[in-house]
Amino acid sequence: MNPAGFLAELFAYPFMVNAFQAGTIVAVAAGAIGWFMVQRRQSFAGHTLAVIGFPGAAGATLLGQSPAVGYFVACIGGALVIASLPATGRTGGELGGAGEESAAIGTVQAFALACGFLFVSLYKGFLGGLNNLLFGTITGVTTGQVALLAVAGLVSLAVLAIIARPLLFSSIDPAIAGSRGVPVRAVSAAFLVLLGVAAAGTSQVTGSLLVFALLVAPAATATRLTARPVLGIALSVVIALAATWAGEAIAYFSPYPIGFWVASLAFAAFVAATAWQAAREHHGLRRASPNAGVRA
Amino acid sequence: MTNEPAVRFRGAAAAVGGRTVWAGVDFTVDAGQFVAVLGPNGAGKSTLLKAILGLLPVSSGTITVFDRKPGQDRSRIGYLPQRHAFGSSVRIRGTDIVRLGLDGERWGTPLPGWLRGSKGREATARVRETIRLVGAEGYANRPIGQCSGGEQQRLLIAQALVRRPELLVLDEPLDSLDVTNQRSVSALIQSVCRSKGVTVLMVAHDVNPILPYLDQVVYLGHGSAITGTPEQVITPEALTALYNTPVDVLRDRAGRLVVIGQPDAPPEHPHGPQVHA
Repeated sequence: MNPAGFLAELFAYPFMVNAFQAGTIVAVAAGAIGWFMVQRRQSFAGHTLAVIGFPGAAGATLLGQSPAVGYFVACIGGALVIASLPATGRTGGELGGAGEESAAIGTVQAFALACGFLFVSLYKGFLGGLNNLLFGTITGVTTGQVALLAVAGLVSLAVLAIIARPLLFSSIDPAIAGSRGVPVRAVSAAFLVLLGVAAAGTSQVTGSLLVFALLVAPAATATRLTARPVLGIALSVVIALAATWAGEAIAYFSPYPIGFWVASLAFAAFVAATAWQAAREHHGLRRASPNAGVRA
Repeated sequence: MTNEPAVRFRGAAAAVGGRTVWAGVDFTVDAGQFVAVLGPNGAGKSTLLKAILGLLPVSSGTITVFDRKPGQDRSRIGYLPQRHAFGSSVRIRGTDIVRLGLDGERWGTPLPGWLRGSKGREATARVRETIRLVGAEGYANRPIGQCSGGEQQRLLIAQALVRRPELLVLDEPLDSLDVTNQRSVSALIQSVCRSKGVTVLMVAHDVNPILPYLDQVVYLGHGSAITGTPEQVITPEALTALYNTPVDVLRDRAGRLVVIGQPDAPPEHPHGPQVHA
């Protein structure tokens, strides 16, 4: 099959065009926001927000609303709650307290999943909906949803571009950033809301449980490949886009679901980058100066 | 350089959580001096630095920094808080850490220097020059998590210096470094102080590595402070009273003071006992 014919067949149905548009928006936002999440070590908070999206979407469906709206309301609401948790004394506590409160947040995750399951059960006509909400579907993205995702994606990327430098500063060294006048708590809260938007958007492509395929795997991969911030963000976005586009295309031609393909491709990139980093560090260690390892 | 004093405390007192940490503190740090803030744990050494940075208001008296209220002129102060090592998972280059010291608090996106025209090139040159000043060229492009403790500390000092501050405020910069690195980092701070005319105010719990360089000592304890030159303040009587434990002050063959018996491994530090020669 020639490339033009391949693309013509891929985009023969409007639902595939929608899926690619949604996937593109989501991958760019998740790749960029995910990079900061990995630097801030807030993966757990990100996962929690994704899980909270599930009862939001299920509840919205039960109430006759669009699940897309449910995802956004639940994830942004959850982000505001995590941001309002008291900061703890340890380094990283300024980042929203999620690290310290892991037991409490884990409990909330279980409760959120349970509520989502209840809402799905209550909504009798929702056959197959559970799988779609949790693991994503390629046919489910409506044109209205694409418009909502585009607005959310553009707004969150614009906000990220405005706060990026102080956000990076306060992620790496909250004490120094604070002494230089960065409003560390406000920046941290703003970032959690961005993370909520990214989790809500990504859920609509990969499902709630596979959000991390786009939010953490590309960013973790990029972080292993480069320590340069701008290059890292760009790589993270490129990897997320590649995994999404390839995953959607393979899902279209195969009997297996999109979430599996996107997650597997992202995972493969991560494994390859980890192996590459290990090989490079092994090589570097042999060349390192004798006093390089003074401190573990 | 101006002749105004860098820091002046007049009858200053500070309270944290309603408890007065110190009161009636009077001292003046002249521009270009190397001053150590010493004292037992809980004496309020870090509180003193926070008050100078304007992060904590005084409860009575006044503090002025370059004849202004603390916190009004942040660009003239470089600050290095008590250290925490960057873990090996921190994948940001030393160069990027130093660069954040230049403009990290400004809104916007940290684009690479070559994308930002002459201003960007100027900033890149400034970062490179500061990295050379602290002698960190060899590892500035490595992820900082893979640098040794001494290397990380040099890069953080570069971060504090990159805006060419007139006052450098350091909170236990030698803490958790091995003896060799304690010596070399002390010598680096001293050379920055002398060659660039930067006033240095440094909290330390072990005075020996920096003792030869000090112009003035501020000893905090018993809710107040004694200040003076090392010869005036570092005496067995003064230190024994301050720490409530016998402390000896000896002179080595070169005539340098050495403090013995000063409790220098504070229990609240999580990294265990320190290695001292």
